Amino acid sequence: MRFFVQQLTFGLTNGAIFALIALGYTMVYGIIELINFAHGDIFTVGGFLGLTVIGLLHIDHAPAALVLPGLILVFAAAMALNGLLGVLIERVAYRPLRNAPRLAPLITAVGMSFVLEGILFLIKGPNQVSYPNLLPSGSVNLGVASIGIGNILIILIAVALMVALNQFIGRTRIGRAMRATAQDRDAARLMGININRTIAITFFIGSALAAAGGIIYGFYFQTIAFDVGFRSGLIAFTAAVFGGIGNVVGASIGGFVIGIIIAFVSGYFQGGGQWSDVVVFSILILTLVFRPTGLLGMRVPEK
Amino acid sequence: MNRQRNPAGAGPLARLRRLEIHGLGAVGRAQNAPYLLLLLILILVPLILPSLVDDGADGGVWVLLALGLNIVVGYAGLLDLGYAAFFAIGSYAFAILASGQFNIHISFWVLLFASALIAALFGVLLGAPTLRLRGDYLAIVTLGFGEIVPRVVRNASPLTGGVNGIIGVDQPHLPPILGWNGNFGFNPVPFYYLILIIIIVSIWLINNLRNSRLGRAWMAIREDEVAAAATGINTVTTKLLAFAMGASFSGFAGTYYASKLFVVVPESFSFQAVSVVVLVMVVLGGMGSIRGVIVGAILIYLLQHKLLIALPGWIASAVAALNIGFLNNLDVSGIVQRSTYLIFGIILAGIMLLRPQGLLPSTQRKVELELGTTDEAVSDLRGSA
Repeated sequence: MRFFVQQLTFGLTNGAIFALIALGYTMVYGIIELINFAHGDIFTVGGFLGLTVIGLLHIDHAPAALVLPGLILVFAAAMALNGLLGVLIERVAYRPLRNAPRLAPLITAVGMSFVLEGILFLIKGPNQVSYPNLLPSGSVNLGVASIGIGNILIILIAVALMVALNQFIGRTRIGRAMRATAQDRDAARLMGININRTIAITFFIGSALAAAGGIIYGFYFQTIAFDVGFRSGLIAFTAAVFGGIGNVVGASIGGFVIGIIIAFVSGYFQGGGQWSDVVVFSILILTLVFRPTGLLGMRVPEK
Repeated sequence: MNRQRNPAGAGPLARLRRLEIHGLGAVGRAQNAPYLLLLLILILVPLILPSLVDDGADGGVWVLLALGLNIVVGYAGLLDLGYAAFFAIGSYAFAILASGQFNIHISFWVLLFASALIAALFGVLLGAPTLRLRGDYLAIVTLGFGEIVPRVVRNASPLTGGVNGIIGVDQPHLPPILGWNGNFGFNPVPFYYLILIIIIVSIWLINNLRNSRLGRAWMAIREDEVAAAATGINTVTTKLLAFAMGASFSGFAGTYYASKLFVVVPESFSFQAVSVVVLVMVVLGGMGSIRGVIVGAILIYLLQHKLLIALPGWIASAVAALNIGFLNNLDVSGIVQRSTYLIFGIILAGIMLLRPQGLLPSTQRKVELELGTTDEAVSDLRGSA
């Protein structure tokens, strides 16, 4: 039982990170039908931005009373900066190709992925960089097992962000504009929606959430490297598809489910760690064969 | 009914009509002259430019891969993000059956075709349940498959040698001719001629395929799958054939690659090392255009394996020649060396932004589908129907 809870916590924490990245994939795909290959690297950049803010403000050496406000500041600053980065990438690399052949923006996305990795490689080098863990270290005893407070906080932060996003998309004017643009861009334009601004906001939110994921990744694993976004991004993308691409709730659930699957495969099978990715991608293929639109995706009529 | 043709022989529709009359595949002899000259130069390369032979032999693999992926992506319009998987399957099929791994040594010439068949078989196995998926969902399935294969290869060490791969893969042999003993060994010249022949035969095959009933069915599916199905094309079988044929080309390429390189390791078949790079070659060169994808493949190969490697040295000597005070203190060559990823990304995005259609887009597609759809008067069309 202790081992089960331990793996479940590990899975949920890891899943929270995947879910935060998956939201960006699913939102961007939902609105402009682009698999944003640069998104995994946007996640890494977000993690490094958080590290930079921590370093500049010396939050890792701050007195205990200032840790919480410091933490909020780190998240806010890194998410805002990373959001702007996402907007910039959309403006430079995707918007000019909005009416180009469909694969053209896919290739610029690959190019942007190389550019981001290249910049990180140039500045931070090829090695792992250590990351301070600002989350409290104690744990809660549940009788059968104990759970780290850090894990609980990570899951809470992620879920709070997801609920906020869902409310934002469902209830606000901008959220409605995003849904309308995703459904029919031309009709939305005719209704007076500023398409360019709506798409830019989508990229901002997606990249900001990825930054939150990046910081959490850093806290949890206490290390980050220029290329961690590739694998995390690929798995998060799988989570987005698994949940039903374009569906925000689906991406969140998908992230957690994939995280738990990886934790259990690595925990319960001899040498399972090296097979966990194979299992994840096999699930991806099987999901698509038997339920092509994912868990919560809607069947889109064929044109 | 008056079926008189529009006397004005200008305009895109008329151009299309002329193409119909003369046949798209049949190009005049004069048009072939530059290609024959190019072929002659390529044949003479080992004599006149021996330093290029090894690059030709290595770069040829990428041309072959790009030609194969072009069938899937360019003709049938199926986005394949896991092409590396079939390349890996081809390479490992050969390496397992022609090396000391199990002490099996089947002839290269047999396995060249056998591993292409094996790769095609995997293409069918993957494609059969998934090809009814549309658009990007299929792309995601191929992405997943492309991730699974290298990981399985890495983990199944008794069969594949695991992380270390298989070292000591066999080289082809021919009967001795013209004073040459017929052993390929590590000599790039016979490999160069071999890949040249494979590429020429492939171009001929693909060119004929494109103009065949099957090729036209691929393009019909690419443009509008529902309309294609409505005209009686069996879309699943047609797509499956595109998948299998694309895969078989990477099987060919895999056999050659393993044999030329002498080793196979799982890292050579990652998403970033193969699937993305070949897709970039196809899209950047011009999807659906044989000339385009060849140019794209050569360009990206040169960029990755020549320019980006030579660049730090060039910049360093340029800096030394300029002799500007503060630059001398910086490790400029080191900075450039660490920026290769960055430079590659900028070049990729830059070319795509400047030429979204690719460098040499398919002229046939343009003539058939884009001209005549915009500024042709309806009366004009009616008059000729």
